[in-house]
Amino acid sequence: MSVKFTKDHEWVKVEGDEATVGITAYAAEQLGDVVFVELPEVGASFGQGDEMAVVESVKAASEVYAPVSGEVTAVNGDLEGEPQKVNESPDGAGWFVKLKLSDKSQLDALMDEAAYKAHIS
Amino acid sequence: MTDTLRTPLYDLHVELGAKIVPFAGYDMPLQYEGIMAEHNHTRDAAGLFDVSHMGQAHYTGDEAALEKLITADLSALAPGEQRYTLLLNDQGGIMDDLMVSRPFGDDGLFLVVNAAMKANDFAHIEAKTGGPLNVIEDRALVALQGPQAADVFSAMVPGAGDLVFMQCGVFELDGVEIYVSRSGYTGEDGYEISIPAGQAEAIVRKLLSDGRVKPIGLGARDSLRLEAGLCLYGHDMDETKTPAEATLMWAVAKPRRERMDFPGAARVMQMFADKPARKRVGFVMDGAPAREGAEIIKDGKTVGVVTSGGFGPTVGGPVGMAYVDTGLAVPDTEIEILLRGKARPARIAKMPFVEQRYYRGN
Repeated sequence: MSVKFTKDHEWVKVEGDEATVGITAYAAEQLGDVVFVELPEVGASFGQGDEMAVVESVKAASEVYAPVSGEVTAVNGDLEGEPQKVNESPDGAGWFVKLKLSDKSQLDALMDEAAYKAHIS
Repeated sequence: MTDTLRTPLYDLHVELGAKIVPFAGYDMPLQYEGIMAEHNHTRDAAGLFDVSHMGQAHYTGDEAALEKLITADLSALAPGEQRYTLLLNDQGGIMDDLMVSRPFGDDGLFLVVNAAMKANDFAHIEAKTGGPLNVIEDRALVALQGPQAADVFSAMVPGAGDLVFMQCGVFELDGVEIYVSRSGYTGEDGYEISIPAGQAEAIVRKLLSDGRVKPIGLGARDSLRLEAGLCLYGHDMDETKTPAEATLMWAVAKPRRERMDFPGAARVMQMFADKPARKRVGFVMDGAPAREGAEIIKDGKTVGVVTSGGFGPTVGGPVGMAYVDTGLAVPDTEIEILLRGKARPARIAKMPFVEQRYYRGN
């Protein structure tokens, strides 16, 4: 299992052919209090970099992009009633979607944790 | 690169951990611990806001000349009283909204105008009245707002507790002369306090030393005023809107309406009588909040636009203001708002969204 990061502050945790996607603690902190998350439908397909979800904070709306191409196999329904989970546990209970990867090689171009830390510092 | 200005409280904001953003030419605190927590603290206890970016001025010129530019009845403004009023252009378009008060006995008027408009407003007033208008650059302005604001403040400033909503005066705090009004921009009871720049930090530290008071940034200031149904200049009103369209006719004093002697009176009164084609309303919805600029749809046609929108922490959901076709400006009318290409259900709602809790005496 490995965790990769995008420059747009999504994380992607890969287990076999499936990836769990969320936004980083840094992104959650920058957004402030999350009040609504709009998630895609299960079964929807996205290309790498497509707008996949929207996260609304008290400040503004921000798009969440698909870090890799794939088909949505699950969404985090808890966020509907408890969007604050994105702030409380951005890399755990605040996950957004699970994707079935269509091109695992796309992961190679993403940042590892050390590179992401450098990116935000 | 333009230099942003700093208020006399800038260093304190940084020390308190504020996230600083440029706003109306100033480096201002957006938030400290977080917008939601700050919003709720102001509704539950007391919040301290730095609003020193706003324009303060002392007008000692001809009051009849000033009155011609605004919508207040200055002859009825007694010493110790404050009014919310509008600066209008010759067509009745809203150039700004402002507070006019008489805290200095019979020594002229104290004006507080919006930060982004202050240079424009003061130049306009000076040109049209001939002044004198002394722009006050050496005083900070803060607001202490919330249900516990009066307890906190009257313990430090004897007599401040006797003011009721929209009254004002000159007081002393630790030997410093402060101009105080019982008003604000949150819908809560509270005060706006003008303090000499050199003493501003010490006085704000004293206010914050009361455990019930926390510093509040511009983020919560916006969500608080929106829930209270209060307009933000440049968003919910501007020169293309008249008081009739902005549903601010209550700010046009009755004698001024009767005399038809405010700027653009003929046009505004006609529009008011005939009902304007569009007017300002509140709306509520579920899900994602509609933001400024979102289109409003009814039966497939565009019928308006959102001018302010966001999540209302006290309401617990999205709230906003919009201009819509007047026929739709009825509470509970179902509308749709276009968000990222999708029409979302919303409905017209009465404002304020959260009950105003001004102190009007016992």
